[in-house]
Amino acid sequence: MNRRDRAIAGALLLSIAGSIGFMVTYGKQLGTQWEGLALVAVFAGFLLTALGWARWILKHEEVIDLRDTYPDKVEERAQMIEAFDHGVAQLTRRKWLTRMLYTAFGLFGLAALFPIGSLGPPPDDALFHTRWKRGIRLQRADGSLVKIDDINVGGAATVFPEGSIGDSQSMTVLVRLPEGVGNNTLQGLVAYSKMCTHAGCPVALYRSSDHRLICPCHQSAFDAANDAAVLDGPADHSLPRLPLEVSTDGYVRAAGDFPAPVGPGFWEES
Amino acid sequence: MIRRLLLWSDDRFGVATFLHHALKKAFPDHWSFMLGEINLYAFIVLVATGTFLAFWFVPGHANVVYEGPYAFLRGQRMSEAYDSVLHISFEVNAGLLIRQIHHWAANIFVAGIVVHMGRIFFTGSFRRPRELNWIIGVLLLFAGMFEGFTGYSMPDDLMSGIGLRIAVSILQSIPFIGTWATFFVTGGVWPTEILIQRLFFTHVFIMPALIALGITVHLMILWRQKHAQFPGPRRTEENVIGSPMFPHYTAKTLALLFGVIAVCCALGAFVQINPVWLWGPYQTWRAISPAQPDWFIGWLEGALRISPHWAIHFPGHMIPSPFWPGVVLPFGLMILLFAYPFVEAKLRGDAAEHNLLNRPRDVPARTGFGVAFTIFMLTLFLAGSDDVQARFFHLPIDDMVLGYRLLCFFGPLLGFWIGYNVAAGLKARDGTHEAERVRLKRTPEGGYEEEPVA
Repeated sequence: MNRRDRAIAGALLLSIAGSIGFMVTYGKQLGTQWEGLALVAVFAGFLLTALGWARWILKHEEVIDLRDTYPDKVEERAQMIEAFDHGVAQLTRRKWLTRMLYTAFGLFGLAALFPIGSLGPPPDDALFHTRWKRGIRLQRADGSLVKIDDINVGGAATVFPEGSIGDSQSMTVLVRLPEGVGNNTLQGLVAYSKMCTHAGCPVALYRSSDHRLICPCHQSAFDAANDAAVLDGPADHSLPRLPLEVSTDGYVRAAGDFPAPVGPGFWEES
Repeated sequence: MIRRLLLWSDDRFGVATFLHHALKKAFPDHWSFMLGEINLYAFIVLVATGTFLAFWFVPGHANVVYEGPYAFLRGQRMSEAYDSVLHISFEVNAGLLIRQIHHWAANIFVAGIVVHMGRIFFTGSFRRPRELNWIIGVLLLFAGMFEGFTGYSMPDDLMSGIGLRIAVSILQSIPFIGTWATFFVTGGVWPTEILIQRLFFTHVFIMPALIALGITVHLMILWRQKHAQFPGPRRTEENVIGSPMFPHYTAKTLALLFGVIAVCCALGAFVQINPVWLWGPYQTWRAISPAQPDWFIGWLEGALRISPHWAIHFPGHMIPSPFWPGVVLPFGLMILLFAYPFVEAKLRGDAAEHNLLNRPRDVPARTGFGVAFTIFMLTLFLAGSDDVQARFFHLPIDDMVLGYRLLCFFGPLLGFWIGYNVAAGLKARDGTHEAERVRLKRTPEGGYEEEPVA
């Protein structure tokens, strides 16, 4: 037994140890690393074995294959085309029946497309409105309702229409701007759709120092002090603004739905 | 035993002629000819580990309260899908190991295709008669990326939900049909109750079946056309010289199979990938920063980040800006790759059959184009993590975006120039070394004379 044979034997021993190791580690549920290590041993052993076999045990041999050269077979080509043409001529002896056959096939193809219609509801105007309506109160994800003096200057909160926590179309970010900033604020409060108008991610970051709402996905930035106009990034239009009002008992409410569709653009949007 | 099986088969099906040639089939001895097999073997690992995972994964949206061993999420509401992935990760014996092997194998599968494609491209292996196999290869690349994305999207963790939302927004951006397509694919207004179910079926049945079909046809065509080969002594357009399929090549390819499995297992065991429990369940209003997709979707992510906002408005209609980087770019690239063999044949006026390969230096323009293409894709890929780089280098994100936009444009131009000139330079230098091949003959007088060899 020479050195090379011993090396291959060593590789096979590694694999055997790995298999036994896997049975043990799996049986004892030793976890990802130990079970994985055993599998690595199994296959590393096989890998080294196969390499050793290929290099040291097999003697080098060379074979030469000849390729078919297609243009040589001119006769067979002609026979193929002839056989095909013959079949076509037979099949299409009745011209009008052939045309009718094509029509029937085509119509079935069309009919087979119809079940696609069951895959989802028609969009109708689903993307044009959200669950916000005049008088609906603002509710946070933890269920608490927003009162007029809940949010500090520079603060922000994610809110939903009361009873619709988590609704993607209606998610809204509520920000209190410092005095003298922004237009038509409700004592400094402004609310914008939280769905980015670029690719639909939640606009989850608010930097109060320059009133920027920033989307963490593609870094679109919107100006909370200026109707959420696009400041930077790939977004192509501003975040729709939710009109706000305050109830007599101090709760912040929507004064209506968003004036424009929320979220990423689509063909039917103008 | 197997010998008797061979004889038994020959009695019934007459396999002797085919198998005789198959066993002796010539495989050219060059390491780069085995790159494609990495993908085949990664695919086998994917099917094996994916089957294991499918026994536990629940493709459901229904809300459950997590009660498993991972303390940080206990008591949280989440979908059945996310709950089942946590169950696989923490409670199923070897579940996390298999999940990580599966994810790593997916990354290797796509990476292997890219490297294999590079070999095919730079050696001109896509030329006639192999154009169709090139096209199938491109389709397999895109199928692999899509399959990887669906897999990434199924666990319904925060990262996968955000990625899926972006994909749906891209679908929605298509003119005329985008909104309808979105509603038909997802089943309604985001987030829908049916989407994971559909992703699951796509991921475990439709795409694997299509990929398996693609691989089969790819290999059948390869078998029929036989390997291309690099030029060398006695190698011609009409033959292929190499070691026999059995046993030499079989031993080598088995080594590769075990190597791929061993690497997948080692990565799965020791290198954490996609720790979904850290992200938490997908909730529509939550996001995470920084967030990056799997590497093979990185170029699309980068394109979304740096493409200008070119929304086009018509009366009552619009084409939103994600349409350009999200739809036009990937399909444009696909068409470019499909068309390349035919365009090159046209431009070079070379429609002949080629079984002898080029070296990258032999065709400088092709090499230049390949380098330019690679740089373009790399630029997009790097732009996909520009926020992380901006933080790391303390640069404003706008400057990063501008830089990547410029690099997208000038990088490929520079790449073409460099690729072209390096190849042309090497080719020119080769020329000076290239002596005519001669046979030396000793004359009876004791002198030598040269005789040219064809």
